[in-house]
Amino acid sequence: MSVPVLEMKKISKSFYGTQVLKDINVTVNEGEIHCLVGENGAGKSTLMNILFGMSVITDTGGYEGEVLINGKPVAFDSPKAAIGAGIGMVHQEFMLLPGFSVTENIKLNREDTKPNLFSRVLGRKLETLDRKKMAADARSALDKLGMSIDEWVPVAGLPVGYLQFVEIAREIDKENLQLLVLDEPTAVLTESEAQQFLAVVQRLASTGISILFITHRLDEVMAVADTITILKDGELVSSGPTKNYTIAQMAELMVGRKIDTKGRIGGEKKEKATKKVLEIRNLRVDMPGERLRGIDLDVYEGEILGIGGLAGHGKIALANGVMGLYASQGQVIYEGVEVPLNNPREALNRGLAFVSEDRRGVGLVLEDSIANNIVLTSMQTQDKFLKPGPLKLKDQKQITAHALQSIERFDIRCTGPDQIVRRLSGGNQQKVCIARAFTQNPKLFFVSEPTRGIDVGAKSRVLELIAELNRMGVTVVITSSELAELRSICDRIAIIYEGKLSGILSPDAPDVEYGLLMAGKSLEEVRSGERATN
Amino acid sequence: MNQVKKFISKNAVPILFAIVCLLGVYYAQMPGQFLLMEIVKRMARNSFLVLSLIIPVVAGMGLNFGIVLGALAGQVALILSTHWEWSGIGGLLLTALLATPMAVLFGILAGMVLNKAKGREMITGMVMGFFANGVYQFIFLFLVGTVIPFENAALRISTSPGLRNTVNLTRIRGALDNIWTVQIGFTKVPIVTFLVIALLAIAIWAFFKTKLGQDFRAVGQDRHIAGVAGIQTDRNRVLAIVFSTVLAAWGQIIFLQNIGTLNTYNSHEQVGTFAIAALLIGGASVTRATIGQALMGTFLFHLLFVVSPSAGQAIFGSAQVGEYFRVFVAYGIIAISLALHAWRSRSLAKARLKEDVSA
Repeated sequence: MSVPVLEMKKISKSFYGTQVLKDINVTVNEGEIHCLVGENGAGKSTLMNILFGMSVITDTGGYEGEVLINGKPVAFDSPKAAIGAGIGMVHQEFMLLPGFSVTENIKLNREDTKPNLFSRVLGRKLETLDRKKMAADARSALDKLGMSIDEWVPVAGLPVGYLQFVEIAREIDKENLQLLVLDEPTAVLTESEAQQFLAVVQRLASTGISILFITHRLDEVMAVADTITILKDGELVSSGPTKNYTIAQMAELMVGRKIDTKGRIGGEKKEKATKKVLEIRNLRVDMPGERLRGIDLDVYEGEILGIGGLAGHGKIALANGVMGLYASQGQVIYEGVEVPLNNPREALNRGLAFVSEDRRGVGLVLEDSIANNIVLTSMQTQDKFLKPGPLKLKDQKQITAHALQSIERFDIRCTGPDQIVRRLSGGNQQKVCIARAFTQNPKLFFVSEPTRGIDVGAKSRVLELIAELNRMGVTVVITSSELAELRSICDRIAIIYEGKLSGILSPDAPDVEYGLLMAGKSLEEVRSGERATN
Repeated sequence: MNQVKKFISKNAVPILFAIVCLLGVYYAQMPGQFLLMEIVKRMARNSFLVLSLIIPVVAGMGLNFGIVLGALAGQVALILSTHWEWSGIGGLLLTALLATPMAVLFGILAGMVLNKAKGREMITGMVMGFFANGVYQFIFLFLVGTVIPFENAALRISTSPGLRNTVNLTRIRGALDNIWTVQIGFTKVPIVTFLVIALLAIAIWAFFKTKLGQDFRAVGQDRHIAGVAGIQTDRNRVLAIVFSTVLAAWGQIIFLQNIGTLNTYNSHEQVGTFAIAALLIGGASVTRATIGQALMGTFLFHLLFVVSPSAGQAIFGSAQVGEYFRVFVAYGIIAISLALHAWRSRSLAKARLKEDVSA
């Protein structure tokens, strides 16, 4: 047997004491399609960053373990070194210049040149571009992919599906390419485009190029992969030839329940209420990278509804769309009255409160005091904390009193209500956000990624606060990337896949069902699949 | 029909301006010979400066208000060359040579500052121009004759520090223009000056066909993507500003050899705004500028300059109103073009989002 193109042995990496990868082994042979699957935060990107010698790795103390290319140990200190060794990468977001032609993009910074009068004196940088040779190379790369588009067409205006091919053409035009890393390449493609794409990937592999394929779509994995590696929480949970797995098994391995000693925070699961508080009809939200493509969802009075799904599938966009922060279409009905979209003020006026996932960007005025942050929304939309009279002057006394009360109630660790919010820890910042939402006296409360970027102790405290609010009669819609967190607090959990509702599950539903819904299977398919295996 | 619409909306600014100019020409009732003479003179004088703006636009740094720095380098060289009594075409070339290292230095400094102010290059460049003006005045109005010993009756008044307000550039006046002129009616066409302008136009065109030019274009479109592809974006941006500054220094020297007198404290002040107004009038934008637009814009802008006093006299009974009007138009057109550009890119972005959501 020949030497594997890529071997990663016992790779471990920690960032500031937090271990994000532990003893990962990956081996890719010549002409093999190797699929790397795993949830967000499973460590896939960190592993790829290590392979490419990205500065995020080298600047944080490097990694442990060994990387071998063609059997020889290597340690890349820059992406340039990795590319030089014959590794190519197609990024999730397109790295194409819209105003350049297909050829110019394929040859970006690798242009063929020929000398002229001036370049002989002033250096190679002034050599004239050899457009004929560039076009010929681009043509042959495109032909290898079975693409018939003209090589001088500008990239702007090409269908999205084509852009992906242009990216790959750029990689295969590099002469020494041995290993091509594809990072969720089909996420932006339509189904037929994805089909065509997978065919091309197989064609490439048959020419001897090895492929490391990162994806969430499990059916794609089954269709093209020779071998599979599944990561979870920075550990390798399973690896082997594709034929050893079914989709259901993979899904289960991917999302498998984390050990949760805390138990349920949300208290006993409540009986399903019948009164609808919020009705969402065909909501489309254009949030970059998190598009929602038409969703119908009801929120019942007094419940905690969880919104889950993989990154980039649109779960974050739901609350942002309802609250008017991103361009939206569709219908949102709150207590029988339609809420105008694209208008944050109207949403707030109607008593909806929102704790944003972007705490430091949208959630807080970082350079202002805790007190001002807590009262800001209520002051602006409900005319609270103002002195009587037409001038709307701030009532500092009332603000300070309320801030002190909130600090105690929400256990915000600080030096006082005048402390600048920027100086607080993530957890305490989050508590300020929740205190502000609570100051509005909301009946419906949206909270997104409440525990992102805060330490473990503060995490459970924040979740408890949310559960406490709920017990006081506030309906809560909570969006989170951490499934375990949703399961510990929610009454129902809606899973979003590719901007649409994939299904609604009970928090105690089996892992397999969650995995399959997140991978785009419908609830019926999930259930029938189970019956078939039982 | 659709194509006509597209053409009009794409070239709204030059078309609008051409109409205003035509009206001006109609009301000014100027003899054609005179008009031709003025236009030829002004094209020869200004085109080089306007062309110096193209490279930074393509490199994504917007309109380089910082060409004032280049103009200053040119003027410092001219002051020195006057002091040393260089003359003729040889003196002019030597002056340009003297200005070059200064312009390179200013360009590097300006480029470094602009790299710290990405996305705000234009306003930063403008303020940098004001600042450089302050330093220049400090040196030539105050230091010269006090701290810096400098005795020259042609340049200084012995009773007070600083240079004279106006310096006569007799030795190099017309040094380039008068090498070879062709007479058309009353108009003397300075062939060599136009050849130099043509040479610059060809050089810029050819430059964008080279590897370095391609790098500039890539950086101009998207810094991030260009950087990922391994192009040194910051270095390229500095280089673009250096090129522009050096060209502006040469452009200012050509401008002043045509005028024949140096307005020590004012000549450079409006170089940036006027050149930029001309480029914008030609239909360029913050992100797109071509040689044709630069030349077309220079033509239209100066046509308006020539006719507006007489047109003002004819329409309003006062040449002053026309004077006022042309300055108003110069700044107004910059404001309108910038606003149009912002408005267009925003509506483009909106259209794109709509497409995406409905897809």
